[in-house]
Amino acid sequence: MKHARIAWAGAVHDAVEVDGQLELRTPALKGRRVDFDEVVWLPPLAPNPPTRPRTVIALGLNYADHAKELAFKAPDEPLAFLKGEASLTGHNGFTVRPAGVQHMHYECELAVVIGRTAKRVKRADALDFVAGYTVANDYAIRDYLENWYRPNLRVKNRDTCTPLGPWRVDAADVPDPMNLALQTTVNGKVTQQGSTRDMIFDVPTLIEYFSAFMTLQPGDLILTGTPDGVVDCQPGDVIVTSIEGIGDLVNTITSSEPA
Amino acid sequence: MNIHWMPEGTVYGTLLNFQREHARWAPRMSEAPYKAPPQAPVLYIKTANTFTAAGHSIALPAGQPVAVAATLGLVMGDTGVAGAVLFNDVAIVHESYYRPPVKFQCVDGFLGIGPECVPLQRLGGLDGLAGLQLELRINGVHRQTTALAELVRDAATLLADVNEFMTLRCGDVLMLGSDCLPDGSRPLVHAGDTVEISATGFKPAVHRFEPEVIA
Repeated sequence: MKHARIAWAGAVHDAVEVDGQLELRTPALKGRRVDFDEVVWLPPLAPNPPTRPRTVIALGLNYADHAKELAFKAPDEPLAFLKGEASLTGHNGFTVRPAGVQHMHYECELAVVIGRTAKRVKRADALDFVAGYTVANDYAIRDYLENWYRPNLRVKNRDTCTPLGPWRVDAADVPDPMNLALQTTVNGKVTQQGSTRDMIFDVPTLIEYFSAFMTLQPGDLILTGTPDGVVDCQPGDVIVTSIEGIGDLVNTITSSEPA
Repeated sequence: MNIHWMPEGTVYGTLLNFQREHARWAPRMSEAPYKAPPQAPVLYIKTANTFTAAGHSIALPAGQPVAVAATLGLVMGDTGVAGAVLFNDVAIVHESYYRPPVKFQCVDGFLGIGPECVPLQRLGGLDGLAGLQLELRINGVHRQTTALAELVRDAATLLADVNEFMTLRCGDVLMLGSDCLPDGSRPLVHAGDTVEISATGFKPAVHRFEPEVIA
């Protein structure tokens, strides 16, 4: 099943995809169907409890070809960084390109949504702890890279710079998460293609690695890195990051100045 | 108040924000792999699994040196900083600041949280924070005094420089950073130690360290 979280008719709703429409789960409106273009899409995640801010882990250099592209040797352990929830935005949203920067690029990534408390999970059991998968676009603004806790938060933790969605697809509907095609288009032209089978550290390995020292909770995210093929994006560009069977996440670049 | 304060948003830490540690690092800042001194604030995130409420114990993983650090966190409200909280920012000792410190900083329990959020106006506003001194004691023995007058970026400057690229939301916390000892290290803790962090106007943050028990 494909789950969404949307704003529609004055309220936020959980919904599921049925026959090319969104079917609301809100009790008072349960069963009502609305079209995709009638709603505002939010990141497809339930809100966290008030004193448990969501953990958002992201991976750098987790595809052999992207590591090569960026002129680094592939890491011998996962290169992880963290993001705040405030950087997330939904499908069909806008992402701000700051004035004066030279290189801002998308990163199409399979995002893992944790489904139950994961502490010292073994690789063989790891997928049992996954609730589902979604698509993340983990934008980077390379002008701001500094070699201090790199990639630093000014590059990777900016408001609007982590679109997520449109769907959270149940893990049961993704029998092999390690064999999914990824693709990004910029204004309809294919610029990035890859497969999750080329990850250096696959999803089970990542869950084992992180849960060895940090307990993951339902709703926590792991963004698993991006393959080769990142290019600069300008205001007005429409970026579609797609993962086979998971979804097509649409985002438009906008400038930081009001139009 | 009958329960201890806990963060409701993302907790950010700040590296190299004390003059002494910054000065110790300065000669190396232009060498590989850093190649240049940091321009923007160097931040890291303490994830929710690190939160340890006041009075609770923190498990020490075996085999790696663990350091404690006294810091003050600014707690964001609806309209700017609402208050401040003492924190014990625990980390596995790491010599390199090149890669994000997730496996050193985000170990379960590795953020000891003070018992209360003190309203900013009671502390004399952001400018009043510069008069605070944080005291760190291990088993009752004084180990470090940290004067917030010695920040590289004071609270107002740090907030402005962080907000330039990301919005701190209501409930988010920005820790101002921690100082090193004169030799560049931070106080180490061992199983059985009790660490107390205190400052005038705050109830102390007390946490006991216990050996990790692997089920």
